[in-house]
Amino acid sequence: MKNNGHSSTFPAARLPKCPTGIQGLDEITGGGLPRGRPTLVCGGAGCGKTLLAAEFLVRGAVQFGEPGVFMAFEETEKELTANVASLGFDLAGLVRHKKIVVDYVHLERSEIHESGEYDLEGLFVRLNHAIDSIGARRVVLDTLEALFASLPNEAILRAELRRLFRWLKDKGVTAVITAERGREQLTRHGLEEYVSDCVILLDHRVNDQIATRNLRVVKYRGSLHGTNEFPFLIGDEGISVLPITSLALNHKVSRERIATGIPRLDAMLGGRGFFRGSSILLTGTPGTGKTIVAANFAQAACRRGERTLFFSFEESPNQIIRNTHSIGLRLEPFVQRGLLRFHAARPSLYGLEMHLATMFKEIATFQPRVVIIDPITSLMDSGTASECKAMVTRLVDYLKAGQVTTLFTSLTQAGHALQQSEASMSSLMDSWLLLQDFEGNGERNRVLYVLKARGMAHSNQVREFLISDRGIDLVDAYIGPSGVLTGSARVAQNALEKASLLASHQEAARRKRELEQKRAALERQISGLRSEHEASAEELRQIDEQVGTQTRLLSTERTELGRLRQADVSVASSARVRAGNGRVH
Amino acid sequence: MKAKTVRRRASDSHHRPAKLWQLRLYVTDSTPKSLTAFANLKKFCEIHLKSRYRITVIDLVKQPQLAKGDQILAVPTVVRRLPKPVRTLLGNLSDTERVLVGLDLRATD
Repeated sequence: MKNNGHSSTFPAARLPKCPTGIQGLDEITGGGLPRGRPTLVCGGAGCGKTLLAAEFLVRGAVQFGEPGVFMAFEETEKELTANVASLGFDLAGLVRHKKIVVDYVHLERSEIHESGEYDLEGLFVRLNHAIDSIGARRVVLDTLEALFASLPNEAILRAELRRLFRWLKDKGVTAVITAERGREQLTRHGLEEYVSDCVILLDHRVNDQIATRNLRVVKYRGSLHGTNEFPFLIGDEGISVLPITSLALNHKVSRERIATGIPRLDAMLGGRGFFRGSSILLTGTPGTGKTIVAANFAQAACRRGERTLFFSFEESPNQIIRNTHSIGLRLEPFVQRGLLRFHAARPSLYGLEMHLATMFKEIATFQPRVVIIDPITSLMDSGTASECKAMVTRLVDYLKAGQVTTLFTSLTQAGHALQQSEASMSSLMDSWLLLQDFEGNGERNRVLYVLKARGMAHSNQVREFLISDRGIDLVDAYIGPSGVLTGSARVAQNALEKASLLASHQEAARRKRELEQKRAALERQISGLRSEHEASAEELRQIDEQVGTQTRLLSTERTELGRLRQADVSVASSARVRAGNGRVH
Repeated sequence: MKAKTVRRRASDSHHRPAKLWQLRLYVTDSTPKSLTAFANLKKFCEIHLKSRYRITVIDLVKQPQLAKGDQILAVPTVVRRLPKPVRTLLGNLSDTERVLVGLDLRATD
């Protein structure tokens, strides 16, 4: 098994593969086209068959060191060179350096007659000669079906085509054969009958005046492949098939939090703002300040020194800078320092997948940490709902894979159910802020909610959203029995509350004074009583003392008297007397 | 480059008598088809263009680079270089009627 060294989202296949180098195609096919086998590329007129084939060959020669032969049945070498030059491929140079051979095969039916048997050995000889002259590993036959128009005998042609494909396999070259799309079968002349290893179908269709190209791998024998239709586009660097990045949900996640530039909003989001690498949806009716919140976020990112890419689909960069200047944001210096980049385009400029590719390219070149898309809903107009969802999904995946924090603003029409219109998109988002108008008292006031914030504690409160020349401020809206009060109603309510608060303060102070006085009076009483109490205690003590002294004197006199009289004294009384004597002396 | 060589040969032949037919027979190897084609071509030329023709046989196996100039895909192929216009005839030339029409030999009679 050969390892082609290409990262892929599919498990390693057993079949050796030949990388095309075409953006996205190698991911879908799990590494490229089957090596050493022919691949059929079919599609209607103008869907990019020839370009795909040419890119396969050019990239093979330039990136993978595999020379190639382009056998053209429809375009001359000159035309082909001019056509692929628009994709930045220097075919003439490659031909000069013997990396590519272009062989233009042309048969004019009107000049051809036939008589008796023949075969297409001449074609084989030519092809063989071309392959051997440069040691080609890749071959393109574009469009082989032209032979059906030029050769009168279809039976011979079919037999020879069968032989040709076998011969190509034996030769070991990886071939791309293009064919026109048929009505009921994949190709007009049933070439899929001969080339059955890999079939890629290209398609170009128009929805609501917007054209989208799609690519589908119909068949890939012996290999896993993405079976979906993938939009692709032909840009100035060749074909790119989207999905550029992984289709799997395995993004790395960060625990780092980043501030929004509005301190109160950070406080609502658990005090620390959004997670890095999360996608944030900011919905609001017209004029609720979505762009301003976005600009604040951008400024905060730039202040942290993070590159920020601002996609604007409604306003020009200068207008955003001027308008945000009026609320105290200074974006110009960051633009000058190269920290902030604007990309402004009208949504109707081109189709959805072209927008997507342009955005991918901008992101890839600028490498931002923060991306703002203002508003995503404008882009939604340039495609059907399912296409848009697919596009946003891809964009979110791409940005998440790069840990880029993204703020999508989304415009909702006044009077519509806000949540409903965004339901398809919101499931992709990690956080969802809602800006809304409140009308009442002859004024409109803005409020902000955090509708969801995955993975963090967040406030469930409504905040009034004020825009002044000093910037954004979030104020607690008054929530009371009469509902949510904002604007002047909130101010009036606040004044009312302040007045009643003052009154209650005064009342409390008065009561406090009264109580103080009462307490002081009691205090005085207590000290009067205490001195009275102390006086009587003193008196009591003096009485005790007098009584003690008299008792002592009395007993001393008695003992003296007894000694003088020689009186018998009991043991107990003599002990008492000794004890008494002991105390005296 | 190769195409140029071929063209130079063609213009050289303008100096020859106008009636001279210049034919090229492209073959690969000496396959039965090739041999039949050569035999048939020679036969028709002898009948219709006695001593007014020249046949160049090109073996593409030996000179594959020459296939490009006359846009050869099928073999055997006869290319009538002169007189103008150039005509191409595929096959082993076994169908007489078609050879006569294809190379426009009748008109010379």
